[in-house]
Amino acid sequence: MPIAAESQSDHLLHVLYTLQQQHQHISNQSINQVAAEFNLPISQVIAVAEFYSFFYRSPRGRYHLLFSNCTSCGYLATGKNLLLALGQRLGVVAGETRADELVSIGETSCIGMCDQGAALLINGLPMVGLDADRIEQAAQLITAETPIEYWPAEWFYIEDHIHQPGLLLENNGSPGDSLRVALKCGANETLKKIQQSGLRGRGGAGFSTGKKWQFCRDAPGLEHYVICNADEGEPGTFKDRVLLQNYAGAMFEGMTLCAFVIGAEKGFVFLRGEYRYLLAHLQTILRQRRQSGLLGKQILGQNSFNFDIEIVVGAGAYICGEESALIEALEGKPGIPRVRPPFPVTQGYLGQPTVVNNVETLIAAAHINLHGSDWFTVIGTEKSTGSKILSISGDCLSPGVYEYPFGISIQQVLDDCGAANVQAVQVSGPSGKLLGAADFKRKISFEDVSCGGSLLIFSQHQDLLAVNRNFANFFTHESCGFCTPCRVGTQLLKNKLAKIINGRATVDDVAEIKHLGLLTNQYSHCGLGQTAANHILHSMENFPDVFAGCLTDNSYTPQFDLDAALEDARQITLRDDDAAHLKN
Amino acid sequence: MQNTIIIDGQEIIFKDGQTIMDAALAAKIYIPHLCHYPGLTPHGNCKLCTVNLGGKSVSACTTPAMSGQQISNNTAELNEARTTVTQMLFIEGDHICPSCEKTGNCKLQAMAYHLGMLDEHFSPFYPRREIDASHPAILLDRSRCILCDLCVRASREIDGKNVFAIAGRGIAAHLIVNSSSGKLVDSDIDVSDLATNICPVGAILIKEQSYTIPIGKRIYDQQTIVEVGLQEAISEKTKHDHD
Repeated sequence: MPIAAESQSDHLLHVLYTLQQQHQHISNQSINQVAAEFNLPISQVIAVAEFYSFFYRSPRGRYHLLFSNCTSCGYLATGKNLLLALGQRLGVVAGETRADELVSIGETSCIGMCDQGAALLINGLPMVGLDADRIEQAAQLITAETPIEYWPAEWFYIEDHIHQPGLLLENNGSPGDSLRVALKCGANETLKKIQQSGLRGRGGAGFSTGKKWQFCRDAPGLEHYVICNADEGEPGTFKDRVLLQNYAGAMFEGMTLCAFVIGAEKGFVFLRGEYRYLLAHLQTILRQRRQSGLLGKQILGQNSFNFDIEIVVGAGAYICGEESALIEALEGKPGIPRVRPPFPVTQGYLGQPTVVNNVETLIAAAHINLHGSDWFTVIGTEKSTGSKILSISGDCLSPGVYEYPFGISIQQVLDDCGAANVQAVQVSGPSGKLLGAADFKRKISFEDVSCGGSLLIFSQHQDLLAVNRNFANFFTHESCGFCTPCRVGTQLLKNKLAKIINGRATVDDVAEIKHLGLLTNQYSHCGLGQTAANHILHSMENFPDVFAGCLTDNSYTPQFDLDAALEDARQITLRDDDAAHLKN
Repeated sequence: MQNTIIIDGQEIIFKDGQTIMDAALAAKIYIPHLCHYPGLTPHGNCKLCTVNLGGKSVSACTTPAMSGQQISNNTAELNEARTTVTQMLFIEGDHICPSCEKTGNCKLQAMAYHLGMLDEHFSPFYPRREIDASHPAILLDRSRCILCDLCVRASREIDGKNVFAIAGRGIAAHLIVNSSSGKLVDSDIDVSDLATNICPVGAILIKEQSYTIPIGKRIYDQQTIVEVGLQEAISEKTKHDHD
């Protein structure tokens, strides 16, 4: 089968995935088998299997359902707890597998379906538009053991919702157009065009793409690599999903262009595990491009131009969106961010010079090369040229994908998507900025409010503390555990926030959570920890009443409820009289 | 021209390839650290050695020394953060010093004294982590592990084995043993391995040896962690000079 040959089935993550598909988990026997096959220590295989959320060391059900817990596509998004409802209906607790091994349910971080209503992954396949009815029907289908391919197709139909196309979304170009231009004007001219366009990384960090390519091209190495970061995991981001579905050709073209400039023969797309359903589609396009001479040996007849692309599918780890963690995952290791410097441009994949670019960045590069840098610089701002594709979701009438010139105001975006009565906007996901109405006049650009692509809208009726709690849980779950401030700090922030939400906190606790937040941000190893407390700090700054409104008047309250802690003792002593209780 | 950096106003010389930590220790300047050990590849996970370099927080153990760097190390702000990080390590595991065999020989405990840490401040997590008593001579008590990775690196880089690894993610990260059963007894660890002896806390202990030196006469009863940290660097350098 050609697909197996192309999907790099020998990658460690893929082998583990296949074994899990066969046995509903990764057994000790599988671990030993893989260790022998890859000539790796058993401990390294276990470390990988236990790092990624989508790998299980104990059996899951034959129907395995993972509800998104994102504020937009999560199981609470409809106002009803759908996870709890399904669990009660099927007699299974979240995180566990029913005794007959028919079904298991759990929750997972945002699956990028924020414009599709509440959503889940069933055996890896996204199922959208969930409501109480659909959950009930699903429960019946599971009980009847109906194979998923016979479930209603519309449950799995994912619309694009491109509401506002712009520079990139309006142009799809013909395959090979940009490459032909590149071959004609050469690598130097191509690089110059990218540099003159002022293109900056669309993942959020905003590093100059031209500079990145230049550094990598200049770095000595046996091989050079180009990697497309298709691991968009920032809750509320789904624009890459739409790009992968509709503009993958331009993305591959951008990768090939980069390969031409930096002298790479090999490229990877690191696709987030949540988007595994797009794999077959992407493989088809890769195959077509090979057949058209746009990939493989002697691309477009150019003797020395050889380049091909492999897709590696992740397994549930937000941290792999960080470029060095992504490279670790590509190398078959847990996705723990490396110490930087050295940066990937000099020492990336297998220690060789590597460019890691976001999906949108590569698509932009392909177009810039075809249309010229002026085509790009005429829109946007001085320091943020071109357009930005936004994923907009939450409390608005038309969630979906919107492309704007950089410099657009947040208010304009809110007006366009039909958001009224807005209390707050979380720009660029939980790691970004939580802004209130006073900041809606600000502009989306690298020089003002930078945005990797996610805009979560919260109306006046939303409880912002619940949003904070959601984000705090997210970072606790996604922390890789490498460094102390993030591993322990995210957990402490979550605990402190719970104390505030439970109405047990004093002013001292607010001061404490601020201190903890600043420390976690300042002392963590990588971008995850360095931004993990942003949402709390911004909430305190922009919505001070939210915290103040929950505090008790006491000067001190313990972390735990003293009276509740005595419950075990009361049960053992068979007492429940007044004297067995503490007065609060 | 000599390569020099400035730490807390003191100009020191460094050699090419040295990190800020290497250069500091060689110049007898102590930068607090738990996951660093001279001679092992630096890892940068504990974050106690965080220093301020031109307004940025960096790990001294992994940041290359470069001429002209202006570094703050022994400041009230950094030491306060280090105290909080040490408290985090305490409450994340079970570190009940009076009942621990390692008391007096424990770097975490010594660090707490060095930083003037008076309490744990945060509510403890009381993790449930497995104890491995399978090996006749070595005990592994994971509840005291601070995930510093020293045993992992020591086994791989010095002992030429691969006895340990860290698995799991986030707060669930834990030390695992490289053997088919996952037990120490089935691994190729030896009592004399550096991996057995490098544990800064009481997670890896040699059985029946814990009280051969009585409390009161132990390492940190005689010396501070500053003195020990500087000595470790010197002995590593001496070893290197003989090679």
